[in-house]
Amino acid sequence: MRYIEPHAHMVSRVTDDYVKMTMAGCAAICEPAFWAGFDRSSADGFYDYFCQLTDHEPKRAAKFGLPHFSWLCINPKESEDVKLAEEVIALIPKFLDRPNVLGIGEIGLNKNSRNEMRVLEMHVDLAAKHNQLILVHTPHLEDKLKGTRLILDVIQNDKRIKSERVIIDHVEEHTVKLVLDTGMWAGMTLYPESKCSPPRAIDMVEVYGNERIWMNCACDWGVSDPLAVPKTALEMKKRGHSVEAIDKLIYQNPLKFLSQCPKFKI
Amino acid sequence: MTRQQVLDLYFMDARSKLIDLAAFIDRVERAQGEDDFRMKAFREALNELSKNNSERAKQVLLKFSDPTEEPIPAATTKAACGAYPESSN
Repeated sequence: MRYIEPHAHMVSRVTDDYVKMTMAGCAAICEPAFWAGFDRSSADGFYDYFCQLTDHEPKRAAKFGLPHFSWLCINPKESEDVKLAEEVIALIPKFLDRPNVLGIGEIGLNKNSRNEMRVLEMHVDLAAKHNQLILVHTPHLEDKLKGTRLILDVIQNDKRIKSERVIIDHVEEHTVKLVLDTGMWAGMTLYPESKCSPPRAIDMVEVYGNERIWMNCACDWGVSDPLAVPKTALEMKKRGHSVEAIDKLIYQNPLKFLSQCPKFKI
Repeated sequence: MTRQQVLDLYFMDARSKLIDLAAFIDRVERAQGEDDFRMKAFREALNELSKNNSERAKQVLLKFSDPTEEPIPAATTKAACGAYPESSN
């Protein structure tokens, strides 16, 4: 089995996770910028984080034979402070030429506030100006449906953005069709307690098809499982999905989306 | 998969989760005090399970979702609590 892990926050994980993922067949890891679990006190903190994502972490992954790619942004949980967001977004262009940077992400909304919307629009503008792929985080729990609708409106209103260059992550049963109907990609995040369980993810594939869909573990400092994708592949096998169908979902699909960025070579 | 195969693969897991749900409701009702908006939404979501609908998971998620459409003025917290507070009104 081979797979691409398209969304993992490896800065929060130990080296044993790299070993396990490599042994499970992981061919590449992509790491979006995210919330550290606490608010950074200045744009300088983000500068250091972007250096970590584009320099240090690729070297750490390389020790285990894994290509490491990253996405840059200020995450929605820190977007209420628009002035800080403006300072952080101003830093990003100087990192976009680094060899492992795939695009802008994970941008989006958290509590669906006006300031979060403003910062989301700033990120979309940045992606459009620099012709970057976009990876979007959708809100948690009760905020997901409303946030997904608001996010789709923002992106569709910017006519410079091509739908097929956007992935909307963390979809569930009440948002997956909304996303796929726009022509954008949908990401299913496999979490032990929230978001989506492996059986539910496979249910959605069986109902809505396997085009423009990927699965990810989004492992971070919280309750999460870095092996969630290969475990879901085993679940698919139990249900009788073919080797080819599994490979399409966990390898070919992310390869197709990510290869829209010429820097994604594995 | 045939229905029999689905049952063979998932029945024991679903049975276990159903008993956990029942025990959770018993635990809540043994405790002193009142329900809040989360339990109200939870009970409404439970009703969706017995309806003849092929999208029960979606309907359960909708019962917990914020139904409004406009952005809120400002975020006063980072966390989500699992149900929309206004559903208690």
